[in-house]
Amino acid sequence: MSASALRRRAFPPNWGARATALGLVIYAIYALGQLDITWARLSLGFGEAGRFLARMWPPNFSRAELLIEGLLESLQIALISSALGILFALPLGLMAARNLAPWPLSVATRGFIAFCRSLHYVIVAILFVKAIGFGALAGVAALTIASMGFIAKLFAEAIEEISMKQVEAIRATGASFGAVLIYGVLPQVASRFIGFSLYQLDSNLRNSTLVGIVGAGGIGGTLFAAFKRFDYDFVAAILLSIIALIFIAELVSARIRVLLR
Amino acid sequence: MQTGAMQGLVIKGLVKEYVPGKPVLRGINLAIAPQGITAVIGPSGTGKSTLLRCINRLVEPTAGEILLNGHDLVPLRGRGLRMARRRIGMVFQEYNLVERLTVMENVLSGRLGYVSFWQAWMRRYPEADIARAFSLLDAVGLPEQATRRADALSGGQRQRVGIARALMQQPELLLADEPTSSLDPRTAVEIMELMTGLSTSANVPLVVNIHNVDLARRFAQRIIGMAGGEIVFDGPPEALQPGHLRQIYGGEDWL
Repeated sequence: MSASALRRRAFPPNWGARATALGLVIYAIYALGQLDITWARLSLGFGEAGRFLARMWPPNFSRAELLIEGLLESLQIALISSALGILFALPLGLMAARNLAPWPLSVATRGFIAFCRSLHYVIVAILFVKAIGFGALAGVAALTIASMGFIAKLFAEAIEEISMKQVEAIRATGASFGAVLIYGVLPQVASRFIGFSLYQLDSNLRNSTLVGIVGAGGIGGTLFAAFKRFDYDFVAAILLSIIALIFIAELVSARIRVLLR
Repeated sequence: MQTGAMQGLVIKGLVKEYVPGKPVLRGINLAIAPQGITAVIGPSGTGKSTLLRCINRLVEPTAGEILLNGHDLVPLRGRGLRMARRRIGMVFQEYNLVERLTVMENVLSGRLGYVSFWQAWMRRYPEADIARAFSLLDAVGLPEQATRRADALSGGQRQRVGIARALMQQPELLLADEPTSSLDPRTAVEIMELMTGLSTSANVPLVVNIHNVDLARRFAQRIIGMAGGEIVFDGPPEALQPGHLRQIYGGEDWL
């Protein structure tokens, strides 16, 4: 092998990336020290955790009525807010797509979508609880805004990636703008839109169990009250029920996805 | 000559500049009779595709007139433009079928300029349209494929659907932009035979951009050679000499 071939390197070292990685490791060690995370603190914490877990067993399902009522309310919040979010996201996504909408409209719509997504849904739920009072309505409103923002953003991005050749062919037939949408655009993005919607429904099932903690309806309120009263066996029952609900939802949405292939 | 009396396609002084000051088409003048097959040949990037797309206004002309059966297409907007487009069928190089729709939906999309939004959405096409779509599928040799999705077809089959879609418009003019460039040589000949046969029997003039000079000679009654955004040859296939090809494509080693 000649000397010049040895000097050619197929994989030159990236010193910048190595230095960054080393810096991150050093900072993580420093941060651990700052936060006073020590072995003594850890062993104390794990001891407490053992006692806490022991009090959770066995789960207490005696207040099943309260439990089911809360779960059903959470389920309803999730379904209604997902449906409303999907409904609003469809036009918003179309208006935000830069390859279809005129730029002033798409910029304005993108701004609105970013606004919907800027605050965490729990903060939005607190705002709605303050504005329209305790209960499921505040939870539905908060999760609708979150779903709308999430689906509209991903939907707009999916539309921007479609093949314009197919759209061009439909335009060339003399189709109106509406007909171009339903023949040239939606067939290309429909399955992804349904995918985003199912994912958001999944997320909303989880999210709807949380908004109750701030008073926006659902099982979360019951869970928070049980924590405050140290009813850890009831807490365990609620948590197991939520996990079961999410598992069922996962199975159902996986089945729907298969059917839509 | 009176404008109203001129049949076929008449192009006058057509200029297209994508970048101001750099014309792709430099004042094209062309008259195409309301029947017959015209092949446009020329090197890549010489404006053949732009010329075709200016006719159905997928590309906006910078200057000039395009008259189809006496009516200027260039100033049309909105509804007027859609009414003009539905009279012009187009076949594309990469077929441009809507992949996730069925073959039948793709063929019927040729009627989108004629049916209402509601009819299109609900697939409530007039019986006559559906019957015509089935007979076109028979004519292009896909009698059993109506309910298959377009992305399940081979290239040659897709182009057959593309031809059926264009003819579904009952066009007064058929444009084909490199319809055989994505196909193998044998399928290319089959597609050219099908397209020229169907447009001739429907009495629709066909303008086809084509790379393959042999296919152009074989199927066209008139050949237009373009180079540098201008027409440098216009005549029957027999008149096309190696000298012309040198002028169109440059160089001579390949001849």
